[in-house]
Amino acid sequence: MTDALISARGVSLSLPDLNAKRWFGPGPMVEILKGIDLDLPRGEVTGIVGESGSGKSTLGRCLIRLRAPTSGRILFEGVDITHAGRAELAPHRRDLQMVFQDPMSSLNPRHRIRRIVEGPLRVNGFDDAKERAAEALDRVGLPAEVADRHPHQLSGGQRQRVGIARAVALRPKFILADEMVSGLDVSTQAGILRLLERLVSDLGLTMAFVSHDLGVVRHLCSRVAVMREGGIVEQGAVEDIFDRPRHPYTASLKEAAPLPEIDPGWIKSGAD
Amino acid sequence: MGRSGLRLRLAGVWLSVVVCAAVFAPLISPQDPLAQDLFLERLPPFWIDGAEPGHPLGTDSLGRDVLSRLIHGSRIALTVAILAGLAACLAGSAVGLAAGFLGGWTDRVVGRVIDVWMSFPPVLFAILLVAVLGTGLHSVIIAIAVIDWTRFARVVRAETLGQTRMDYVASAVVAGRGRFGILAAEVLPNVLPLIVALLSLEMGIAVIVEAILSFVNLSISSDAPTWGGMIAEGRTQIHFAWWVLVFPMIALFLTVLALTQFGEGLRDRFDPVFR
Repeated sequence: MTDALISARGVSLSLPDLNAKRWFGPGPMVEILKGIDLDLPRGEVTGIVGESGSGKSTLGRCLIRLRAPTSGRILFEGVDITHAGRAELAPHRRDLQMVFQDPMSSLNPRHRIRRIVEGPLRVNGFDDAKERAAEALDRVGLPAEVADRHPHQLSGGQRQRVGIARAVALRPKFILADEMVSGLDVSTQAGILRLLERLVSDLGLTMAFVSHDLGVVRHLCSRVAVMREGGIVEQGAVEDIFDRPRHPYTASLKEAAPLPEIDPGWIKSGAD
Repeated sequence: MGRSGLRLRLAGVWLSVVVCAAVFAPLISPQDPLAQDLFLERLPPFWIDGAEPGHPLGTDSLGRDVLSRLIHGSRIALTVAILAGLAACLAGSAVGLAAGFLGGWTDRVVGRVIDVWMSFPPVLFAILLVAVLGTGLHSVIIAIAVIDWTRFARVVRAETLGQTRMDYVASAVVAGRGRFGILAAEVLPNVLPLIVALLSLEMGIAVIVEAILSFVNLSISSDAPTWGGMIAEGRTQIHFAWWVLVFPMIALFLTVLALTQFGEGLRDRFDPVFR
């Protein structure tokens, strides 16, 4: 795996168990991630799937160093960024971007869209922040007048597009998409997925797509890692994993996913 | 507009009356607020027989003009409201922001200090402080700020904690912003409306505390026209001259009500998220 943009090696994360907190001394810890090895190949979309609580979002946040793992290493283009401080991470920040699940929470309600998209550009020292922000909004299919609005004046789909524009405006090498379509209705979802596909191919993005929706993952991703209880049970090309799951957990996840198949019986009874 | 607009307007009208009274006190007072005239003591207000034209709201037991004392009293009330309110607001908000944003041991220490602080009965605490600092307007202001910063700290801490957990903060970290920048540019604008509403509430409380301290003669000199002092004097005269007690109470009530309503009205009107 020489062409991995981001690699995780033995990444573990333990947090204090707040439910069993003691009055004195360190309380018991909960293992959120258990020794994860994962490679995200350049230019590919890797799905990270699993049920809620499996640690997939936490793993994602470790990959872009929004969180630091307790042990293990995270390599970005071969550079160890596991314990990099803010100053050491600064040159990589524009390359490690994220689109959040809930745009209502991830877009500052007090700021106008213009400021939300331009802000990260200015922080990263772009002099032409204004032009780049306008270009990014256009690229995600938002009309220019959206820039003067506040987030609560937009629809859910538009808000999510703003979140994408904010990440894409920096022209990052990597984007983490954390459950980013699960809050949207199906038709909006389809539009956002088409946009993602186009962005990945136009900009040569590498992406990690965290989701519990196997249908969406199959459609969008070329690789997939299946997580359960803080570990990866299986990873590989999406066709291999979904069509020939080796691990029983993957098979049971697949079973649980609703399939878009129409039972002829429904149509008959509806016609009567 | 609608209900909140009406509320804002009524509160604004009364507050501008009070502010004008305070600013132009020497020009609009019919009499000198300190001048005593024992031949004109306990004159009734203008609509009752026996009133004198120069004393529209009557006089107290020393023959001092009630309206003039009310007008001059608004200066002290406003000074205390603004200075003590701002001092408590700045100190408490800074502590609350730091505790909520930094979390960890800062938050734990601040939480304990607030708990201990708030377990003192506030009025006794104020009386004790003024007794130690000596009477005078500055001690009243210091006492109010020292007691009431916890009111801001507690609420601002909780709000900051909630806002800091929002994804827009994580998003600013992903963008590479520094901690102080995130606090100032992302979190603070979301906590500010709450601080403004609390400030106007606190200004009302400051006016009341000043009145309480005047009532027990621990504010400024007993001669000076303060609303609380007038209420204290009026209490002893209630059976002979009710107006000495009632007019300062009305002024106090309306001003405190206007201050609290003004804050809420402002938030409803100018907060883009609540609108």
